[in-house]
Amino acid sequence: MLNAPSPPGFLRSRGLWLAALALALSLVWFLKGYQLFQATMVLSYAMALLGLNILTGYNGQISLGHGAFFALGAYAAGALMEHAGLPYWATVPAAFCVCGGAGYLFGRPALKLEGLYLALATFALGLAMPQLLKYKHLEAWTGGAQGLVLMKPDAPFGLPLDADQWLYLFALAVALLLFWLAHNLLRGSWGRAWRAIRDHAMAAEAMGVDRSHCKATAFAVSAAYTGVGGALSAIAVQFVSPDSFSLFLSISLLVGIVVGGVGTLWGALYGALFILFVPNLAEKVSKAAPWAVYGVVLILLMFVLPGGVVGGLRKLQALARRRP
Amino acid sequence: MNEFLHQLLAGLATGGIYASVALALVMIYQATHHINFAQGEMAMFSTFVAWALIDAGLPYWGAFALTVLLSFGVAAAVEFIVIRPMHRAPELSVVVVFIGLLVIFHSLAGWLFGYTIKPFPSPFPRDAWYGSTLMSAHEVGAIVVALLMVALLFGLFRFTRVGLALRAAAQNPVSSRLVGISVGRMLMLGWGLAGAIGAVAGVMVAPVVFLDPNMMTGVLLYAFAGALIGGIDNPVGAVLGGFIVGVLENLIGTYVVGTELKLSVALALIIGVLIVRPQGLLGRRLVTRV
Repeated sequence: MLNAPSPPGFLRSRGLWLAALALALSLVWFLKGYQLFQATMVLSYAMALLGLNILTGYNGQISLGHGAFFALGAYAAGALMEHAGLPYWATVPAAFCVCGGAGYLFGRPALKLEGLYLALATFALGLAMPQLLKYKHLEAWTGGAQGLVLMKPDAPFGLPLDADQWLYLFALAVALLLFWLAHNLLRGSWGRAWRAIRDHAMAAEAMGVDRSHCKATAFAVSAAYTGVGGALSAIAVQFVSPDSFSLFLSISLLVGIVVGGVGTLWGALYGALFILFVPNLAEKVSKAAPWAVYGVVLILLMFVLPGGVVGGLRKLQALARRRP
Repeated sequence: MNEFLHQLLAGLATGGIYASVALALVMIYQATHHINFAQGEMAMFSTFVAWALIDAGLPYWGAFALTVLLSFGVAAAVEFIVIRPMHRAPELSVVVVFIGLLVIFHSLAGWLFGYTIKPFPSPFPRDAWYGSTLMSAHEVGAIVVALLMVALLFGLFRFTRVGLALRAAAQNPVSSRLVGISVGRMLMLGWGLAGAIGAVAGVMVAPVVFLDPNMMTGVLLYAFAGALIGGIDNPVGAVLGGFIVGVLENLIGTYVVGTELKLSVALALIIGVLIVRPQGLLGRRLVTRV
């Protein structure tokens, strides 16, 4: 504290943001085909993780079923493109609204449930979603067990980019917009109220925070973000089917936010990288039992970094500051 | 009417298995306030061990006893090696460690024993000795085993010194330490007991659902629901909840929506109950002091 003054916080974080943005933009030319597709998927998972983090990290409500909102977003995008002829870019805000509404409707009755009970309720949601999507009376919209096949959009205005490059840029723009929105939302009155409810619900209520409204809005915003992640992934994969949104996805999302760092914005990105790439790496280590390797990595990571990647980085930063 | 009775009794039989796993969950929850998400996979792994022992030529009950002992040891070791170092970590990190354990046991079972579905022998005679076709001998046996386990555990907790120490360590670790109870050892013992209970549940369910690495995933979910509906801090409630969930699942599947949606509907019902009565049927209401 008494050492040479460090640059003000906004400057440091702005520098970091600009560097990350430049890196993200340069990937358009460095990566090719499948790698760009993977980068797009990282962005879409990061959106979903950001959503879950808003609920779990900033509002203290645990969800083991966010895969359901991811699926809903993906299906909203798929069905709107397939049946309503909406262009791909319009499906992203549509998924945001649909999932936000669904999140509010689910979050409102779930208000009474806390901790483990909420975990069970959301777990049930995650489990029920693939079954509902396969349900025969909805088949006209969802395509049943076979799912929907989508078209990959081409770059507009005759830009010299191929479809993968354009989609990556599109996802990057959406991600930037949503990160910026989340950053401001969490700093503003909503974010403060969410955190106050998480830290001490009763004290927050005594200060005049409307607990039910607050928790339901956190659920809605969280579901909306996760839905956008789902929509982006549906456009990138060009295919939605009920079985790609199993419970395992919901669990992966939870793993993602804990590995990245609970209650942090950047954690979403690290978590997305983890859940997308570590399973592949584990398969390279052991063909026979890749998930055993994944599990061991996960447990060791929690031993070393109980606060996730961001928590670890913060610890390093504090150490560096103490020893100039 | 006969059909209804048949479905009801079959529900009770599966309910007995959910009740056993719910009991294992409550064991660990009481001691550590964590839900062991890996409980089902650990039970599944134990069942594979039992299968391998029987396959190697051991008599059924010998393999059974050895499996229960091994599961006790493995679960206690898991507590010591993996869970104890995490006792100061944030709750969500512990949940992720449980998920890590889940995938490890799942993957190891698939790797060591293969993903093909295997039949598993039942210890009970094929023909019902009581001259009724409403329930198979295995269903009756599974219920009896579940109830026997509850009685044994009740006796252990209520009438023995170790049981008293276990309860004390769970309720107030600091004071227990002061009167000379080794809390760490009690936690290991609790985990070991949970592992053993899970192994019994796995061996009982395997003849019905057949043996494969995915066998316990649904069972764990139902057991979790049963434990919550009965009251997560009450072993008797958890067993009752397990039976309720088993019966509900079977009746809803048969009479209301068919097997396709029965899981979703059963869970929706359970959540409905919990919204009205958040502490479960027999659970203690948590009152916080401000």
